[in-house]
Amino acid sequence: MTSVAAAAAGRRQRVLGVVGILGFLLTWELVALSGTVSRTYLPTASTTLLRLGRELTTPGFWAILADTVITWSAGLAIAVVAAVALGTVVGLVPFLERATHSSVEFLRPIPSVAIIPLAVLVAGLSREAALMVVVYAPFWQVFVQVLHGVADVDPVARDTARSYGLGRLHRLRHLVLPTALPYVITGVRLAASIALVLTITAELVIGNPGLGRQIELYRSAPDAPGLYALVLVTGGLGILVNLAARAAERRLLHWHPSVRREAAL
Amino acid sequence: MADTTHEKPSETRSGALLSVRDLGKTYAVGSGEVEAIRSISFDVRAGELVCIVGPSGCGKTTLLKCLSGLLAPTAGSVALDGQTVLAPPKKMAVVFQEYGRSLYPWLSVQDNVGLPLKARGVPRGERDDTVRAALEEVGLGHALTAFPWQLSGGMQQRVAIARAIAYEPEVLVMDEPFAAVDAQTRADLEDLVRRVWQDLGVTVLFVTHDIDESVYLGERVLVLSSSPTVVQEDLSVDLPAERDQISTRALPQFTELRTHVHEQIQRAKRGDRAGLPA
Repeated sequence: MTSVAAAAAGRRQRVLGVVGILGFLLTWELVALSGTVSRTYLPTASTTLLRLGRELTTPGFWAILADTVITWSAGLAIAVVAAVALGTVVGLVPFLERATHSSVEFLRPIPSVAIIPLAVLVAGLSREAALMVVVYAPFWQVFVQVLHGVADVDPVARDTARSYGLGRLHRLRHLVLPTALPYVITGVRLAASIALVLTITAELVIGNPGLGRQIELYRSAPDAPGLYALVLVTGGLGILVNLAARAAERRLLHWHPSVRREAAL
Repeated sequence: MADTTHEKPSETRSGALLSVRDLGKTYAVGSGEVEAIRSISFDVRAGELVCIVGPSGCGKTTLLKCLSGLLAPTAGSVALDGQTVLAPPKKMAVVFQEYGRSLYPWLSVQDNVGLPLKARGVPRGERDDTVRAALEEVGLGHALTAFPWQLSGGMQQRVAIARAIAYEPEVLVMDEPFAAVDAQTRADLEDLVRRVWQDLGVTVLFVTHDIDESVYLGERVLVLSSSPTVVQEDLSVDLPAERDQISTRALPQFTELRTHVHEQIQRAKRGDRAGLPA
């Protein structure tokens, strides 16, 4: 009964979503056709979509998309692995936590974009420079979440582990890390979106291959429909990243109160 | 009927498995101190089922944490099998009141029960057998792959008891394990504890605030005073070994015992410490 109602509600939501997108495209089309804005700066929705379709059939487009996805995923992976490893160590050693606290609070708010010149100075106009930028902000995002997660171990759960003779490694693997996992996943989900923004930004500014650089090339061409088409692609990429993160969350946290479904046995 | 000795011999009685001597715990609170336990001494022989009952806030949980090596006492000592307890002993398993927090929600029922064995290095096949046997003992042989949060409170506490059984302890310590379950479930779980005790020959230390429960379950009841805590009375329970929720509770001895313990608790609450060690 409830699941049927939920399914119906879900359907209605999806229909509304499609209606919303169509409404947006129609408005865009009409505004562009009305000529309020020069066609040079605002191509019609239909022109842009046709152009997008053409892009999707060229191998060059897919190579560019792959560049962006590789930079994004490599940056995110480096950030997450480093943040989980360092965050766990720092979070578990009170001395380290106290010693690093003020440095972390100072470094964390520095915008990743502000370190672009530094990255270029160190690594030149390269993908490595872009990676430094992509890693920076997501690292702190996840690092702080790991610190919170590691500190959130339930006292009863800890007493249980101690009284049943779980050693350090077993406690880490079966108690501390699972406790921290919901925090880590929230951190990764936010970090994934931030990393995408930074990947495109780095490509625009540093000029390493990827969607960002191609957008800049289309701007200077000038090729407005191509530019708009790629902006739509970055939006689509953002949606995919978010969907993937949500799916991973549901899978990894199937046991967590925020995800699990109570089922009487 | 009631063996009302307040003073316990200062040396370990022969055959004592667990020996608590002048145990005291004082917490530092801010610049001051709070004396949770003044001085507790008692012995538990191997194979006994002892209930510890006391008024709320008398330091039962503190006592239990000291017994199980989770908390260091500030005075006195606990010895298990002649060895001073400084860390959680391998021969002891604890069942906590908060089963929902003591079981790990990310592990299935069988993995929860098997985790301590895994940590001890018991090989997979043997571990699976022990886990299955323990879960069957508590009537949950069908719930191996379920997750704890899919089970009712009573069933979750059964899982926690199975985990304790699978650990194969000499002493099973239970901290108000049934305080959070409904009356019917509670009665079933009490009978389960009696059965496990009889089946496995394990020594059981059962902490509770429920007077009826302490008398129904125990072969012996230790009544604690209010804080700062001492042992107010050490009472042996001369009820038949085979107990039944209806007929045992209807016995005149049962009523006498529970009335007696009740009076002791009331006395403890009033802070009447006449005849107790200072």
